[in-house]
Amino acid sequence: MAMRAVRRLVSPGRFGQGALKVVLYLILVAFAVSFIYPFLWMAAASLKPEREIGTLALWSPHFSLRGYFYVFHQIPIARAFFNSAFVSLTATFSTLVLSSMVGYALGRLRFLGRDFIFNLVLFTMLIPGQLTLIPMYVLIVKLHWTDTYWALIAPAMISNMGILIFRQFFLTIPGELTDAARIDGCSEWRLLFQIVWPLSKPALITVGIVSFIGIWNDVLWPLIVIRNWQMMTMPQMVTLFHVGGLAGAQVSAEMAAIMLLALPVVLAYAFLQRYFIESLALSGLKG
Amino acid sequence: MQSTSHNAAVASKTAGTPPLPSTGGYWRWLRDRFRESQKIGYVFVLPYLVFFAVFVAYPLIFAFILVFHSWNIVSPMRFVGLWNIERLLFNDPLFWKALGNTLKFLMLHIPLQLVLALMIAVILNQRIPLRGFFRSAFFLPFVISGAVVTILWQALYSTDAGVFNLVLRKLGLPGVGWLTDPGIAIYSIAIMATWKNLGFYIILFLAGLQGIPGYLYEAAAIDGANRWHQFWRITLPLLNQITLLVVILSTMGGFSLFIEPFVMTGGGPADSTLSVVLYLYKHAFQFLHMGYAATIGFVLAAMVFVVIVIQRKLMSGETYV
Repeated sequence: MAMRAVRRLVSPGRFGQGALKVVLYLILVAFAVSFIYPFLWMAAASLKPEREIGTLALWSPHFSLRGYFYVFHQIPIARAFFNSAFVSLTATFSTLVLSSMVGYALGRLRFLGRDFIFNLVLFTMLIPGQLTLIPMYVLIVKLHWTDTYWALIAPAMISNMGILIFRQFFLTIPGELTDAARIDGCSEWRLLFQIVWPLSKPALITVGIVSFIGIWNDVLWPLIVIRNWQMMTMPQMVTLFHVGGLAGAQVSAEMAAIMLLALPVVLAYAFLQRYFIESLALSGLKG
Repeated sequence: MQSTSHNAAVASKTAGTPPLPSTGGYWRWLRDRFRESQKIGYVFVLPYLVFFAVFVAYPLIFAFILVFHSWNIVSPMRFVGLWNIERLLFNDPLFWKALGNTLKFLMLHIPLQLVLALMIAVILNQRIPLRGFFRSAFFLPFVISGAVVTILWQALYSTDAGVFNLVLRKLGLPGVGWLTDPGIAIYSIAIMATWKNLGFYIILFLAGLQGIPGYLYEAAAIDGANRWHQFWRITLPLLNQITLLVVILSTMGGFSLFIEPFVMTGGGPADSTLSVVLYLYKHAFQFLHMGYAATIGFVLAAMVFVVIVIQRKLMSGETYV
């Protein structure tokens, strides 16, 4: 009885009483407002006429889609959306297939040199991206890949972190399962893609989300290898729209542009929040 | 690096690589191991080997060569010996200015990040209404492209019409030149970066908090420790691995600042927000100093590498995640 009372009082899953509880909750709400309000302001500003931008109001009777029309008129944003979607999806699919193959080989197969390759993966993860930025650009130039999808997709086709996550996950799959399939004459290819893949949804989701978000959001690499407006990715084009002054100092047009850029990710996030949070947090703990 | 050898040990244990025999030559052992290897393994790792050769080994070697050359990408490379390194270390105040800016950024960013993330994580670790909603709201900026966040915040920071100055004026205070005052701009960027990444670090702290066993608090309560003492004596010490991770990740983020100054200030005013990566970018793609840019990359990478090694050393201990 006494024990239960103590537990109720101190258990980390419970608040202290009364005043403290209210104060802490208010702090939380204040922070949450500071996280949500800017996005609402952004949505409102994209619809407001220019002279009403400098207010805190989230509603105006003069809302219009002028800013959006301006963006579509000034830059090939629809094409950029297609480029980004194509590049991110292709690279993510390739990362899933190739990283899982390597992860499978490193985790479930026995061959000479395996541990060496595993250490190579670990070593590569230690190399900061800033080091290889310039020579990678030179490589892309030498391959005549500037202003092509190859420049964006090829360097993202396989991921070290993906290999490690897959390898670790595959180690947890019971060996009896794969052994039985092998005895039945199943090839390693079918084993990986028809038996192991369906059991590895958590790993596939994690690697998929982390690489998709990483590629979709990247600005620096596209800025370096893509100059042609028809080939630009969406974040790159919106960045240049802003930096290059193409919005003609119209805040509503700039807000419209970033609304268009944010929308696909916000929609995906709205439906897959839990997976997004878990996957990205895990990638942080791994890195 | 401890974790590396540990992982390798686990790998060989699970897949059962036979140990070195005491008799027979090394080559024969190697040949036997190859004979009994599952050859399909080589097919499966082939894409990685190609990728490694093209996108890791070649750029690494080429970066090293570039450090000793002057090159504008069009005309042939010219060997200059140690000139690039000499210039960077002894003759380039702008590089040191950029590094100093990074330190200023980190001096505000890291403490702010730690205190806020830990505080919100502790609150979110309670049974409270709308918990999931709060978690998702804090995480949203982390998911969204840096281009969205920086362009939005530049509007919020606007001296005349920005939300920050509107609020200040409503409170009867003078407006601030958030991005136009050279003494303030880098700190404005640090505040924005904290806002963008906070949700991510909250989740890391939450994971840590959930790993702390409840009986520790019960035992402490029986010994008469109040909640304040429990926080300092139990929660904080058991979170030190997470705290360290947050510091390291924020530091690495600080070293790779690019889009923030690129979008918001172009490095100005008076180079007060110039970051090292932006400086590298300018040398490479505005002045076509490929050799010098590669040298900046090398020195920056060396610093980041030191941070990573420290992280691996410190984090090899026990964690509660």
